Amino acid sequence: MSTTATRDDASGGGQPPEGAAGRRGSVRSIALWVAVAALGAVAWTVLALARGEAVSALWILFAAICSYAIAYRFYARFITYKVLRTDDSRATPAERLHNGIDYDVTDRRVLFGHHFAAIAGAGPLVGPVLAAQMGYLPGTIWIVVGVIFAGAVQDLTVMFFSMRRNGKSLGQMVREEIGIVGGIAALIAVFTIMIIILAVLALIVVNALAESPWGVFSIALTIPIALFMGLYLRRLRPGRVLEATGIGVALLLLAIIGGGWVQESGLADALTLSKEWLVLALVVYGFVASVLPVWLLLTPRDYLSTFMKIGVIVLLALSLLIARPVLQAEAVTDFAREGTGPVFAGSLFPFVFITIACGALSGFHALISSGTTPKMVAKESQVRLIGYGGMLMESFVAISALIAACVIDQGLYFAMNSPAGATGGAVDTAATFVNGLGFDTSAQDLAAAAAAVQEPTLISRTGGAPTLAVGISQIFSDAFGGGLQAFWYHFAIMFEALFILTAVDAGTRVGRFMLQDTIGNVWKRFGDLSWRPGNVIASAVVVGLWGSVLYIGVTDPLGGVNQLFPLFGIANQLLAAIALTLVTVLLIKHGKLRYAWVTGVPLVWDLVVTMTASWQKVFSDVPAIGYFAQAQRYRDARDAGELLAPATDQGQMDQVIFNSTLNGVLQSFFAVLVIIVVVNAVFVVARALRAGGSLPTTEEPAVPSSLVEPAGLFATAEEKRALAEHEALAGAGAGDGGRR
Amino acid sequence: MTAADLRAAVVRAGRGVRWYLREFSGEARWDDHLRECAEHGHEPLSRREFERRRADAVERNPVSRCC
Repeated sequence: MSTTATRDDASGGGQPPEGAAGRRGSVRSIALWVAVAALGAVAWTVLALARGEAVSALWILFAAICSYAIAYRFYARFITYKVLRTDDSRATPAERLHNGIDYDVTDRRVLFGHHFAAIAGAGPLVGPVLAAQMGYLPGTIWIVVGVIFAGAVQDLTVMFFSMRRNGKSLGQMVREEIGIVGGIAALIAVFTIMIIILAVLALIVVNALAESPWGVFSIALTIPIALFMGLYLRRLRPGRVLEATGIGVALLLLAIIGGGWVQESGLADALTLSKEWLVLALVVYGFVASVLPVWLLLTPRDYLSTFMKIGVIVLLALSLLIARPVLQAEAVTDFAREGTGPVFAGSLFPFVFITIACGALSGFHALISSGTTPKMVAKESQVRLIGYGGMLMESFVAISALIAACVIDQGLYFAMNSPAGATGGAVDTAATFVNGLGFDTSAQDLAAAAAAVQEPTLISRTGGAPTLAVGISQIFSDAFGGGLQAFWYHFAIMFEALFILTAVDAGTRVGRFMLQDTIGNVWKRFGDLSWRPGNVIASAVVVGLWGSVLYIGVTDPLGGVNQLFPLFGIANQLLAAIALTLVTVLLIKHGKLRYAWVTGVPLVWDLVVTMTASWQKVFSDVPAIGYFAQAQRYRDARDAGELLAPATDQGQMDQVIFNSTLNGVLQSFFAVLVIIVVVNAVFVVARALRAGGSLPTTEEPAVPSSLVEPAGLFATAEEKRALAEHEALAGAGAGDGGRR
Repeated sequence: MTAADLRAAVVRAGRGVRWYLREFSGEARWDDHLRECAEHGHEPLSRREFERRRADAVERNPVSRCC
């Protein structure tokens, strides 16, 4: 471990790739950016001022895209070149430590794709759908402002600092740069938060598949399809990934179509699974997937889910432009002000900000921005494209999901997203409940909506995935015609379930490695990843943990999503607090106190949001919000021998008391872990300031780079010249073939 | 723009997409291996053996997938 105090980085740092060519085009460039800013301003104005009239969803899209463009062009550039002072004359770990396995110089556009596929999953699709109960405006503002000033900044800075430390993980960096206490707290936080995240993701799949034979059939078929692809790539035609994926996607589409037939056939009853059976199926699946070799199931499933993910996102963006749907949701609903919404409890502040984590600020990304991706970056300045740009792309996915939830009939939205305890689970009781909330709908409308997508029912299909699928099916059938709403609904369910399951597989495996690694410190044998009993035990522990939380969520009388989603959102953003604390400390240790606000402001904001939310979830005396108040309310009723709705018997009363207490304990535990990290960090900052404004860090010393690579998505004229010169010098044979 | 220009542009775009997909999916790694072996005068592995080693490396380096 080398230590270098870097007050100012090596020469050549902080120079954006702009030469004479950049200045010559400046008039055109100014005109372009003024136009982008003007379009963005108009879009935001329409969204902010329109009340009670038809507003096209495209305004949200334009407002977001223009804001992203400006943020990427100006703010991300400022952070990259002025704050971080990336230095392209310095070799990245991919170049220095190249081993062709994890350290590998990767084309920036390819790495952008990999990084995006790793960070974007179901999160940005689900959170915005739930947050839509507060109207389209709060979610839109938070997704766009949050990503620009917090989420993308976190991803970019974590990636940069990890890259300067040979791709160390978040936990390692916290331990080495903040301290052992903070490091241990961060390690525990990462592991437990991952368990909660896996459980909630699995819960969303369960809610989407329960009582849906069509969904169960097509998702179940993804397993043999993936196995077939795995064997194809191992035995039949090794390495032909595109070929195998093409076959897999075709089979997947057949599985969706086949699900429609199966639903009509005698098999329907056998495939109508209760939530409890689905939990069991997922737990068994998760265990098997974690123990099997990756080439057989995990890798091929990952290919499928990645290509489907990118395909569907492109399709959704195109169909929004073609269909130009009108927003049905209000800009800001009464629930935002009063905090009495049925989807999740609590008022706009802080609960919109924790319900939408992925897409605005997601701490989980810090695990991917440290470790995997930074080991593959070719040039330091490319972190702007990959880290900041990748996160903007995820934010765009979140915006699309928000639009999908806001263009469907809002009566249907609330009937689908309110817990079964509130809607009664039937069309007539649900219609009465929704009318009571002040939205128009009828039992006939709700039944017709379910019939249109050929599902037995859409009442209380919580978790966001079914709502998003309804929105997507509506937008796709408007855009492409053909009356295929039921097909598109199940297509959307399939694609969400596919990558949630991929995340669950991969997460279980990562959790298993973490556990084996940690226990391996005291019991050497257990840390050996190829030791079979160790694999099996660690897999069973990880699956058992998320499986139990999943089971608790699924059977919760108050609704698992309603109860667990806030815990998930807060946990995710507490992880972000740890990551932002780390990068803020690092900026200060590197002598960049005057730029510490770049990560310090989002950190303070995130701490205020998560600590307020945690405080309310723990100490609020409103039972719908405070976990312990809720437990107390049910305990009092139980002691008085009463039953409180939605509990229907004594057992359910006890269950509510147990679940609420557990959730409250977990919530406090996470908050305390984060406070430990932050307090530890404050001491380090104080030490740095006393030492004259900087401290030695574990940054690797600079080694000159011999690579020539463009910094941004498109090579500038100057970069193209440099690239051509470099390739001519290296000899024609050493070029990289098909590179454009 | 003439028809020939258009055709050239389409061909170029098609090559670009193919290049991206092969790089993204990792298929191009085999080409890299063959090229490296040719440069250094090594005997290349069989495709089967090469892909097997790559799969084993993935086994030890799990990729996380986010929410």
